[in-house]
Amino acid sequence: MTILKATGIGVSFGGLKAIDEVSFSVSPGQILSIIGPNGAGKTTLFNVVSGVYTAGEGRVDLSGENVTGLAPDRLAARGLSRTFQNLQIFQRMTVAENVMVGRHLREDCNLFADLLRLPSVTRQNRATREIALALLNDVGLRSSADVLAGSLPYGACKRLEIVRALAAEPRVLLLDEPAAGCNAVETEEIDRLVRQVADKGIAVVLVEHDMKLVMKISDRILVLNGGMTLIEGTPREVRDNPAVLEAYLGKHGAREAARA
Amino acid sequence: MPPWFGHRYATLALLAVIIGLLPLFFPSTYYFRVASLVWVSAFAAIGLNILMGQAGQVSLGHAGFFGMGAYAVAIGPTHLGMPVWAALLAGAVISAGLAYLVGRPILRLKGHYLAIATLGLGVLVALVLTTESRWTGGPDGMSVARLTLFGWRVSGSSAWYWISGGLLVLGAWIALNLSETPTGRAFRALHDSEVAARVVGIDVSRFKLQAFVIASVYASIAGSALAMMNGFVNPDQAGFLHSVELVTMVVLGGLGSVVGSIVGAAVLIALPQVLTMFQEYENLLLGLIIIVSMIFMRDGIVPTASKLLSRRGRA
Repeated sequence: MTILKATGIGVSFGGLKAIDEVSFSVSPGQILSIIGPNGAGKTTLFNVVSGVYTAGEGRVDLSGENVTGLAPDRLAARGLSRTFQNLQIFQRMTVAENVMVGRHLREDCNLFADLLRLPSVTRQNRATREIALALLNDVGLRSSADVLAGSLPYGACKRLEIVRALAAEPRVLLLDEPAAGCNAVETEEIDRLVRQVADKGIAVVLVEHDMKLVMKISDRILVLNGGMTLIEGTPREVRDNPAVLEAYLGKHGAREAARA
Repeated sequence: MPPWFGHRYATLALLAVIIGLLPLFFPSTYYFRVASLVWVSAFAAIGLNILMGQAGQVSLGHAGFFGMGAYAVAIGPTHLGMPVWAALLAGAVISAGLAYLVGRPILRLKGHYLAIATLGLGVLVALVLTTESRWTGGPDGMSVARLTLFGWRVSGSSAWYWISGGLLVLGAWIALNLSETPTGRAFRALHDSEVAARVVGIDVSRFKLQAFVIASVYASIAGSALAMMNGFVNPDQAGFLHSVELVTMVVLGGLGSVVGSIVGAAVLIALPQVLTMFQEYENLLLGLIIIVSMIFMRDGIVPTASKLLSRRGRA
């Protein structure tokens, strides 16, 4: 059973093909990692699938419906959520508010009720905040709920962004380098969090450079190089593939992968 | 800091108390007039601050909507025989309609481009008000019929003081309501990161448009109130300088701060009155004060002051 399927995705900037004929699919509860060296087209692929880039070739299906070219907010309404490589936290809002914004699609949003802040709005606010606090509690951010998100340390921001995406109760979650810049403890946290997400039946697509993490948690791995698919397979298949090991991960990456 | 600090009803109560007690210190009716001007300008600035401070979109043509509201209460009763209050509502509806129509294409623009597009809109409105002299009296403006409320003919500075003060409390209440609701959070989210707002499902262009329409309605009502208060309108009220004045009130007082907009309006309206004692140096001093306060209070007067207070409270 496939929930997200990307077929023949291609993007060119100017005359340059950033990605060419890349396809992948994920099922609920599955973790698919996309790896490759810098410039391989991983983030570009994410931007096409999540509707941030509209110009592209190929087709994206979400829950069996063609959603190619839909705007990100429409895709969000259909259950696709994502995080960003360069953090996109709402810095001038509190940590709790960031998660509450993540509930936007789950809330009634009526301008006139909001202008008058009717009792129904206050009730909903309270309920949304409770949900937000519970989610923050899961990732150890409950105590920072009322500080400005811009003042959080980097690792906490990473977790906050994932929690914000989860607040929308997505069916597919795209994570762009969730462990980048994290220390060992923080990476451990991300590892645990991503597994929890998958255990809830959410399909996870992960772009990540931390090979140890990728080898540990992925069900399948898609390897990109120069905008094209090099190989797709299980962590074992990818690890044992000589092309990936030598020409692609390099000696250092090969050693690290072998140790994992 | 005490727990009630920053709560919207505490803010509103404080505002009501200030409005209620201020006349005790007025030595003459002239002060009622200046204070009413502050309340009306603050009302417009609060609306603009929803657009600029919450949703993060600039408008350099907001006086256009102010002028539309002002001329609505001038033209409606004089040329169309409408009651004044109906003309005020009509002005607000027309302003909202124009904001909705024009906002759709121009709110796609960002930063400087949006600033220039809104500037153009304001200039256009002022131009129409100046040239359609058969309706508007041209550059000289026209007089406005007195407001009649339940058979009471409203006149005098103190009557307008209380009406504009009441209006300001209402406007502040609505703006304070909005900030912590799904709509207000959507505004603030798209202000911080449009792409992240989209990804959590916020229809960014719809919410920008909402903020623009809300701000235009505030400006229009403020314009109507000022016109009725003055008994007179002229095209300057829709002009570029007035737009800049409104933006200055918002930024000087503090983006996103309702109290800040009131303080900003008070500074820009009341300070020139104080500075008249320096005669020809009045404008020079006003400009200097604005420059210096922006250098030392980059977030605006009220946010800077409250940050200082909370730091002292913790120490």
